Amino acid sequence: MAGRYFGQPIRRNEDPALLTGQALFTDDVHLPGMVHVAFLRSDYAHARIRSIDVSRALERPGVIGVYTAEDLGDYWQPGPLLVPPPPVEDIIFHQRTQVPLAKGKVRHVGEPVVMVVAESRYIAEDALEDIFVDYEPLPPVVDIEKALEPDAPLVHEDLGTNLAARVVQRKGDYEAAKAKADVVISRRFYYDHGLAAAMENRGIVAHWDPKMQYMTIWDTTQAPVVIRNGLARMLGLSESQVRVIAPFIGGAFGPKIMMFYPEEVLIPWLSLKLKRPVKWIEDRRENFFATTHERYQVHYAEIALTRDGRILGVKDRFYHDTGAYDPYGLTVPINSQCTLLGPYDIPAYHSEMNVVFTNKTIVTPYRGAGRQHGVFVMERLLDIAAKELGIDRTEIRRRNFIPPDKFPYNNEVIYQDFVPLVYDSGNYEPALELAKKLIDYDRFLKEEQPRLRAEGKHVGLGIVAYVEGTGIGPYEGARVQVETTGKVNVATGVGTQGQSHFTSFAQIVAEQLDVDVRNIRVVTGDTAEFHWGTGTFASRGAVVAGNAIHAAAKKVREKVLQKASEEFGVPPEELELRNGYVYTQDGRSISLADLAVKANPLRGAVKPGTEPGLEATMYFGPERGATASGVHAMIVEVDPELMDVKIRKYVVVHDCGKVINPLVVEGQIHGGVAQGVGNSFYEEIVYNEDGQLLTASFMDYLLPTAMEVPPIEVGHVETPSPWNELGTKGAGEAGAIPTAAAFVQAVEDALADYDLEILEAPLSPNRLFELLKEAKQKKEG
Amino acid sequence: MSELHTVRVTVNGTVYERQVEARMLLSDFIRHELGLTGTHVGCEHGVCGACTVLFDGEPVRSCLMFAVQADGHEIMTVEGLAPEGEMHPLQEAFHEAHALQCGFCTPGFLMTLKPFVETHPNPTDEEIRKAISGNLCRCTGYQHIIEAVKLAIKKIHHSDAA
Ligand code: FES
Ligand code: FES
Repeated sequence: MAGRYFGQPIRRNEDPALLTGQALFTDDVHLPGMVHVAFLRSDYAHARIRSIDVSRALERPGVIGVYTAEDLGDYWQPGPLLVPPPPVEDIIFHQRTQVPLAKGKVRHVGEPVVMVVAESRYIAEDALEDIFVDYEPLPPVVDIEKALEPDAPLVHEDLGTNLAARVVQRKGDYEAAKAKADVVISRRFYYDHGLAAAMENRGIVAHWDPKMQYMTIWDTTQAPVVIRNGLARMLGLSESQVRVIAPFIGGAFGPKIMMFYPEEVLIPWLSLKLKRPVKWIEDRRENFFATTHERYQVHYAEIALTRDGRILGVKDRFYHDTGAYDPYGLTVPINSQCTLLGPYDIPAYHSEMNVVFTNKTIVTPYRGAGRQHGVFVMERLLDIAAKELGIDRTEIRRRNFIPPDKFPYNNEVIYQDFVPLVYDSGNYEPALELAKKLIDYDRFLKEEQPRLRAEGKHVGLGIVAYVEGTGIGPYEGARVQVETTGKVNVATGVGTQGQSHFTSFAQIVAEQLDVDVRNIRVVTGDTAEFHWGTGTFASRGAVVAGNAIHAAAKKVREKVLQKASEEFGVPPEELELRNGYVYTQDGRSISLADLAVKANPLRGAVKPGTEPGLEATMYFGPERGATASGVHAMIVEVDPELMDVKIRKYVVVHDCGKVINPLVVEGQIHGGVAQGVGNSFYEEIVYNEDGQLLTASFMDYLLPTAMEVPPIEVGHVETPSPWNELGTKGAGEAGAIPTAAAFVQAVEDALADYDLEILEAPLSPNRLFELLKEAKQKKEG
Repeated sequence: MSELHTVRVTVNGTVYERQVEARMLLSDFIRHELGLTGTHVGCEHGVCGACTVLFDGEPVRSCLMFAVQADGHEIMTVEGLAPEGEMHPLQEAFHEAHALQCGFCTPGFLMTLKPFVETHPNPTDEEIRKAISGNLCRCTGYQHIIEAVKLAIKKIHHSDAA
């Protein structure tokens, strides 16, 4: 089904610059006269600011300026609400967005309080030591359930509550379903998803050129167009006076979205004020405190089933930690609420979401964006049900899969794109079968596991399914142009942070124009090249931008053939586009380069109603997302002395519709799984009761290395999305979503003789030790 | 902190002389004084390996050294791996195996691996994993990096087989 370019494992256009150290990252921008910023951040989770004394900092040689909230005047404003609450009946939503510098009170450790600008970063950091802030510590809000007790301290006093939002969504009648059930299982679940920890920290360079009256900003953002429009408005400039460039970005995974982070808002302001280029680069410690997290939820979930394992309904009440502010609205908890339903045909659902303010770093999407939490709850409920009913765990899933003839399938709950969650297409059973085959399910359980157990080894298998709503609107656009050199230029508004857009987007164009991928130059994330679009998030690049590029390339193809048809006096249907040339059936030909020259004449007239050039701009706005799906399976071995868990085998079967570049998709899956492995056993955000972050370095927050990430075997199922012409679905997040659910199942299986029931993730050797001790005590006592 | 020291260092075959404060990190020196921004900084506390350069032929973390310690020594950064317009077999292998995504960690991996691939004609998977266990990559899950290492070794040591 693959085309000459589309669907091929083509090597990446972006590699040579990256491999030779020539690619430009934000911190590589160096401008004459550039000054450097450092921020003094709160050491307290919750405190009133009595006074700030910056006088000694101002005296330090090399310091150019020191700014507190008061010094910002009218520019001091809470940031924008990036995603408004969804249109759900009786919704409660309290908007409290982050401020550029804390005023009156600090609400989390790491919140910026004072900004110092100096001739060098070293001096700016020295000056932070000179500043004295007099704080009056307040009791912090740390635990999300205690936060809602009547006498809890308040993150935002004026609200009178720490409840940021409550959303109840329903499908069918859960109570009626429960009344008919043979079994009802209810449990409390705890799921903590960590932080993105992209290898590159955030950074921003702003350069106001007073003579040109032009602001250029290099920003590690996933959404340069949104940032440009917002900053222009804030700074009182015209949008055409501001250019935001998202250059090469060292990974993003969510938190580099259009946050209007305090630093993002302040650095351009400072450049405008000082009339000098200004740079701020986050260090790793700051990244832990000041770049958004994802963190934990607590679910009280219940599932009602028939004796033969059919789901009649699911009920869930959950608590979500949003941190000190909620600028990204409800995207993360809505994803949890919706994705919990998974690939299953669930007639009744009742879900109550409670979003809670705490004195911690802001929570916004990080790869998976709340979907992990929902998948974990559902998959664990099914595991427990399977055990209780004596049904094989893959069989209970198979019985409840939405059958292929039931698509499009309406879940009736409102998703993060504000329309009811309807799955476009899917075929889940073949994916499960393939995963079982690749992990050798039957043989492992019947032969391997008993044999290894007899040898005293603790080995177990985990296998889970999931769906992922991807590629949501509102829209993206693209411009495709054949240049007079015959090379093709493609521009789109989405940013790129390692997703290989320079290649996969070129492949889409190549398929239409039959030009070597290396001769197609893709520009992403530069508002001077393309200034419409929303950004790279929700696994939407290949779907939304991809289809816009496809549409533009098709239009250009039409123009090419039209122009050639005029040249040769032959109808377009009789022409063939091949290797950068248009051929007639009788062997005449003309190159794209020559056609581009002819399409932009220097004399004569362009016909009325036509446009010069071989260029087209098109947009794609999907009414609904495309639902990707898959199954993950793994085999683990647990060392019951050291509580170490080794993943012996890992299998992913995924369905992301039509694949543009299989090599790239495989890379995305590997990377996703690696993050999932981290989320299962290594990475954990730990706050103590004072709201202090205890894991703010790579020595404490453990990213998996090559020693921990297992080899991953990938199998493919392809169910194209009927809702976009390319048939693509997003692939960016899937790898990271179900890993912990599979991991916990496998660990439980490996420790079957202890009769463990694990209702939380992540695990760690320590935690596993505690759980085993509890289980032993229960058994004995 | 303003006392300046002279640092004379050879980087990628070129001799540089600069006056720097004793506290200036070698990574900052390479990036901001010499403008060789291919060396990246991911943590500045010695864990991620992004800042790895060759110091007299040995991989070191440039964020854990001061520029003054490099006085009189020889450094190679990613920019020095191959002449302009060309690629070292290791770079070629990374390209062919899709061993990089965002590419931020890549210079650190390349500099860690250069001596390894040159001195290990037949490593096991486990040895390769160990060799890169001090470098963090958040994008690739390492699998394609491991494949790239094998490919590079094939190119370097078994070129007739490649
Ligand atoms: S920047 Fe040097 S090890 Fe991370
Ligand atoms: S490729 Fe992005 S961190 Fe390694």
